Amino acid sequence: MRRTVFANRWLPYLLVLPQVLVTVVFFFWPAAKSFYLSVFKSPPFGGRDIFVGLDNFTALLTTSDYYDSVVSSFVFAGGVTGLSVVGGLVVAALANQKIRGLTLYRTALLWPYGIAPAIAGIIFLFIFHPAYGILPYFFSFVTAYEFNWLLRGWIAMALVITATAWTHLGYNIAFFLAGLQAIPTSVVEAASVDGAGPVRRFTAIVLPLISPVTFYLVVVNMVFAFFGSFGVIHAVTLGGPGHATEIMVYKLWKDGFIGLDLGSSAAQSVILMAVVIGLTVLQFRFAEKKVTY
Amino acid sequence: MLAAHVLLAAATLVIVFPMLYAVQVSTLEFQDVFVFPPKLLPGGAFADNLRRAWEKVHLGRLLANSAGIAVVVALGKICLSVMAAFAFTYFRDFPGKTLLFLAILATHMLPLPVRIVPTFQLMHDFGWVNSYQALTVPFFASATGTLLFRQFFLTIPPALSEAARVDGAGPLRFLVRILLPLSVNNLAALFLVEFLYMWNEYLWPLIVTTSDEMRVVQIGIKMLVATDAQAEWNLIMAGVVAAMVPPLVVLLALQRSFVGSISLGQEK
Repeated sequence: MRRTVFANRWLPYLLVLPQVLVTVVFFFWPAAKSFYLSVFKSPPFGGRDIFVGLDNFTALLTTSDYYDSVVSSFVFAGGVTGLSVVGGLVVAALANQKIRGLTLYRTALLWPYGIAPAIAGIIFLFIFHPAYGILPYFFSFVTAYEFNWLLRGWIAMALVITATAWTHLGYNIAFFLAGLQAIPTSVVEAASVDGAGPVRRFTAIVLPLISPVTFYLVVVNMVFAFFGSFGVIHAVTLGGPGHATEIMVYKLWKDGFIGLDLGSSAAQSVILMAVVIGLTVLQFRFAEKKVTY
Repeated sequence: MLAAHVLLAAATLVIVFPMLYAVQVSTLEFQDVFVFPPKLLPGGAFADNLRRAWEKVHLGRLLANSAGIAVVVALGKICLSVMAAFAFTYFRDFPGKTLLFLAILATHMLPLPVRIVPTFQLMHDFGWVNSYQALTVPFFASATGTLLFRQFFLTIPPALSEAARVDGAGPLRFLVRILLPLSVNNLAALFLVEFLYMWNEYLWPLIVTTSDEMRVVQIGIKMLVATDAQAEWNLIMAGVVAAMVPPLVVLLALQRSFVGSISLGQEK
């Protein structure tokens, strides 16, 4: 099927120009400059940049602070993705049935998508509040363990993971629901006739069929968690207690804009670039293979 | 069947609980926030709490900033990506076409944190620090939008553009009169996604604004939490509720298109 085309010579360039301009000026140029800055030491109050080779990178890779932030990032991104993708799938499976008031449920389930992670973080900050929060209050009936995020890093991490995963839930549920609804009922019914119970039908038929959606969501949630979660950390924990929730984007901002160590901050940007390229390659690799069929 | 319904109801309740809880706390008097067991019924202090939060951090101004920025960025992304996608689908192959297309897609791999310091320096060089240009223009590129509209345009029967050409309509006339009206659902879905994306943006507004009246609402709420020795959680939650309303309104208004665009994407 040949697409009818217009013959103008200059018009397509004119149409693409604004977007290309934004792309070059605000994306390519700064990204290239990240590479440049990463091999220099820039005096914070002006003056000449000093070429330092890979010093900024070796300085990062030989300190435990940076390793900690890498580990925190993966724990955070893994936690957010696991919680919101698995939770999203379970809820979507529950909502994929013929019952009364379904549209109402579906609207309510989409809501968290409309809540900014930082705002969600502040709501959960109160729920986790060591003195006034309902969560520590309920825990106090069960155990004497001090449920205080200000003292225990893992609770702070659980706080920001829960808040972030909550905001991703709506999006994931919407995608899983669409995926579940695209499965022909005849396929599931056939398995039912063959004697497969609901759990077996789900794991043997439904799960493989929606694996492309699952994979897409895993990558999207990872990217969101890695690169879009500065707000929740800044609004809630400021990376603390200690460095417990200091994920890579937070450390990068802190070193660059508070510590004014532009070289180190740029080197961290370059390392993050490797992460995002890795995730993108993964996405395209699996998208080609289609995962399931 | 009933069990499944009960489970769904329970799951929904758990998911909406944090929002309802925020609303509930926002209606309480200060001394009722810290009572155990927690009060479950709403109080009557919402208007008062909201008024005080409003005055404390200029909430009105911050909400207008957030909403204005999100609308302008969403529209900017839509305009630029529709134009680019149109150029990529409806014109005879032009030199550099593939390269330009790949360049736009590559922005997908350059999220803000990987270019944050140089982009800030650029704002400084442009004299854009603490301006609305800085809060909007750098976000106008959209790989997602360009890809979305290109895919959509490719599904439109070529007979349409053929007919338009035979009738003597130029490309721009075809775009505005025929293509855009057909794209309403995609336009709405992309507006929703990009509005929420920009509404949620926190890092960039934090570093590129320097005065209180240029801040976005999330940072204002964070200031409510951070400034007081004894945080007034009833005020904070009133602010939280105010900050939840605009994106939820947009979500409710456009959710049909959003959900529709997902199911369309999966039918390929």
